[in-house]
Amino acid sequence: METVPVESGLLLAGVLFMLGLISVLIRRNIIFMLISVEIMLNAAGLAFIVAGSRWAQADGQVMFIFILTMAAAEVSVGLALILQIYHQLKTLDGDMASKMKG
Amino acid sequence: MKELLWLIPAWPLAGALILILGGHRMSRTLATLVGAGSVGLSALITLLIGFAFLSAPEPFDQHLWTWMAIGNFQPSFAFHLDALSMIFLFVITFVGFLIHIYSSEFMAGDEGFARFFAYLNLFVCSMLILVLADNLLLLYLGWEGVGLCSYLLIGFWYQEEKNGYAARKAFIVTRVGDTAMAIGLFILFQTFGTLHIQSLLQQAPQAWSVGDQTALLVGFLLLGGAVGKSAQLPLQTWLPDAMAGPSPVSALIHAATMVTAGVYLIARTHVIFELAPQAQLAVGIVGAVTLLLAGFSALTQNDLKRVLAYSTISQIGYMFLALGVGAWSAAIFHFMIHAFFKALLFLGAGAIILVLHHEHDMFKMGGLRHKLPVIYGTFLIGAASLAAIPLVTGGFYSKDQILWLAWAGERGNVLLYLAALFGAFITSVYTFRMVFVTFFGAEHSHVSHPVGKAMLTPLVVLAVLSTLAGFLELPHTLGHVTIFSDFLSPVLPAVNVRPDAESMELLFQVIAAVVALSGVGLAYYLYVLKPDLPSKIKEEIPGLHHLWFVGWGFDALYDTLLVRPFVYIAKVNKHDVLDKFYTGLVTVAEFFHRALAYTQSGMMRWYVMGIVIGAILMLTIGLIL
Amino acid sequence: MHLTFYVASAIAVLSTIMVITRYNLIHALLYLVVSFLAISIVFFVLGAPFVAALEIIVYAGAIVVLIIFVIMMLNLKAEAVEQEREWLTRKIFIGPALLSVVLLAELAYMILQSRTTDFNAPMLDAKAVGLSLYGPYVIGVELSGILLMAGIVGAYHLGRQKKKVVHRFLESTEE
Repeated sequence: METVPVESGLLLAGVLFMLGLISVLIRRNIIFMLISVEIMLNAAGLAFIVAGSRWAQADGQVMFIFILTMAAAEVSVGLALILQIYHQLKTLDGDMASKMKG
Repeated sequence: MKELLWLIPAWPLAGALILILGGHRMSRTLATLVGAGSVGLSALITLLIGFAFLSAPEPFDQHLWTWMAIGNFQPSFAFHLDALSMIFLFVITFVGFLIHIYSSEFMAGDEGFARFFAYLNLFVCSMLILVLADNLLLLYLGWEGVGLCSYLLIGFWYQEEKNGYAARKAFIVTRVGDTAMAIGLFILFQTFGTLHIQSLLQQAPQAWSVGDQTALLVGFLLLGGAVGKSAQLPLQTWLPDAMAGPSPVSALIHAATMVTAGVYLIARTHVIFELAPQAQLAVGIVGAVTLLLAGFSALTQNDLKRVLAYSTISQIGYMFLALGVGAWSAAIFHFMIHAFFKALLFLGAGAIILVLHHEHDMFKMGGLRHKLPVIYGTFLIGAASLAAIPLVTGGFYSKDQILWLAWAGERGNVLLYLAALFGAFITSVYTFRMVFVTFFGAEHSHVSHPVGKAMLTPLVVLAVLSTLAGFLELPHTLGHVTIFSDFLSPVLPAVNVRPDAESMELLFQVIAAVVALSGVGLAYYLYVLKPDLPSKIKEEIPGLHHLWFVGWGFDALYDTLLVRPFVYIAKVNKHDVLDKFYTGLVTVAEFFHRALAYTQSGMMRWYVMGIVIGAILMLTIGLIL
Repeated sequence: MHLTFYVASAIAVLSTIMVITRYNLIHALLYLVVSFLAISIVFFVLGAPFVAALEIIVYAGAIVVLIIFVIMMLNLKAEAVEQEREWLTRKIFIGPALLSVVLLAELAYMILQSRTTDFNAPMLDAKAVGLSLYGPYVIGVELSGILLMAGIVGAYHLGRQKKKVVHRFLESTEE
């Protein structure tokens, strides 16, 4: 095995996280926002794996599995919510779902 | 038997609670039964405990529960029964019971019948707690409780504005004294670490030498509380106005019991006053000056109840005078006799006022002696007692003792004696002025209806008591009976008579008797023989008459000195200056609230943006540090 | 191996950029799958074969398929793409990109500031992960189970087709 600089791995995670963040900020379509959140979660998981490799510990991978679990739960609930919003509002515009009062 | 002690205040409290909660649904009979019955039960228990106490006269302590525990400050809810509180118990429960019976007829036509009895019961309960308390904090609870009831009952007919005003005046003026007393209690607690009365009385002589500064301070502060409650100079102005309440209230609270709380307080803490001779002298001076000033004011009043109010102030002045010269048991003796005859006079006056359609002006009464014979008879007995007619009245024996000890006691003083003697003369003048004007001469108004048994019985009982009770203590020269002072001697030390004065006691009694009788004679001359003379005298000295009529202008003085400046400041500072700061705080808080509310737009992306900006800020701060 | 890592990284970044710039949801999802695959290679290079497999199965498989199912259920047509094009202007990129670049710069600064350490990626196989997972982290596994359960119940509850309830307020604005 060759050596991999730990900074490269962390930087990759950071860049991916940024891209997901930008996407969350610019999208109005809630499905896109959900996808962006998945990208960010994945990037966070990557950072854990890199750290786990650096210290030669299995803990990083365990954390990734937890994040994976959470992402799965989140996406299922999120999609159910999207369905409801679409049925109620007939649109996928996240900004339309800003009214809670009344 | 003594274990039943807690029941004495418990019955009136229960009565008050029942009447407060369910009084508006009760019939009058039931309300009377609850109101008068509860006090009657207390009186019965007092009687039983009294017998037990007579057979075994050692003090009895009853610890009910610890009120609160804050560090080493652990005042308990506990009662202390000794001879002093026994006498007060008797007077409060028995006079209270009689007045409750009287009230059942007096208040029969009133809307707030049950309310009246509820207040009255609450008052009796508070007063009993006051005299039974074994620590000063509990005493203070009773002290404030009677103040509250006094306020409620003066303003009982609250629909009339001036009654509410009188009630507030009484409350606020006594508050001045109460505050002084509270500060005194703080100092006592700071010095001794306890407010338990008996421990205080034991520790005080060890901690303080005679004339100690702190003892002096405490003495003056306690005196402040006492003058507030007992309507002595300079806080006496509330009592004449307190006559706005119903007559039974005036009889019970503003004559017989509550206003003597100050006397009780000083007698209870007499050890402190003995350690602070200047404070004790001040008590005597306050009493002497008050009795004279109030006596002169009583001479000029037209309102029957106001005459009695000023006379109450004056008689309590006698008690203070007695306390001031160290004649503790004489003060308590006068308290007891005074409670009987002053309650009698107030109840009689109330009955007259009731049957004359709420006519207060005694110059519009006249000639009532034939129409109301029983009231006339009892009123005359009460008045004779007040004027200290020699030999046959209780008032003579109690007042004579004070006069004698004011001169002959160790701490006695010629000036105090002369003031008291002159006061006695004025007392008999204004008392019989009242009697002659009300019951003699031509009739000016007619009696509307006869007075019932419920009102007359208490009058008769009180008349008997105010006469017979005097024979509990007779001077050396006349029978030498010392039941009363012997009874009190374990609690209150006897006064030492100067050896050179002992032989002159008879002379002084004769002087006192002559003075009292000459006062009656003067009143007879002025108001029966020459009825025109008083108004001529009045025209001769209009300024002085007016000064006396308005109670030496203390009201005007306080109005100018205190009330007006206060009202002025309140008006100027209507929009509280200090409030500006707080409104400023509110404005700032509201601004941020609006700003933050604006951010809660429901736009999810803005929230994310907020999180990102926050993260950047935190990272930046982390990097910089 | 070094090279593999960088190539995979480049592919991951590029495909993620493609994800966030697509107007069509399906296209974006396809790029997302590519991105996940690339990251999975990175995992493999870093010596985590078990997680690399999980990445493909769960992310590229289950989650993306779930999203595709939803898109199918919503039955989006061409106008959705038009709508997206309308929303996703160049101007809208400026602010978020700026913020993110600042954040990335700070992260990069912190990462690069620390001492450079090259490390030999050790192989941590499924056994090691499993031992750790069911050893010290067993409570986490339990909690994850509860979380998934909650997710299932929540999704079922929210996803049920109910009668259309339009709120009074929204109804009045639509009319």
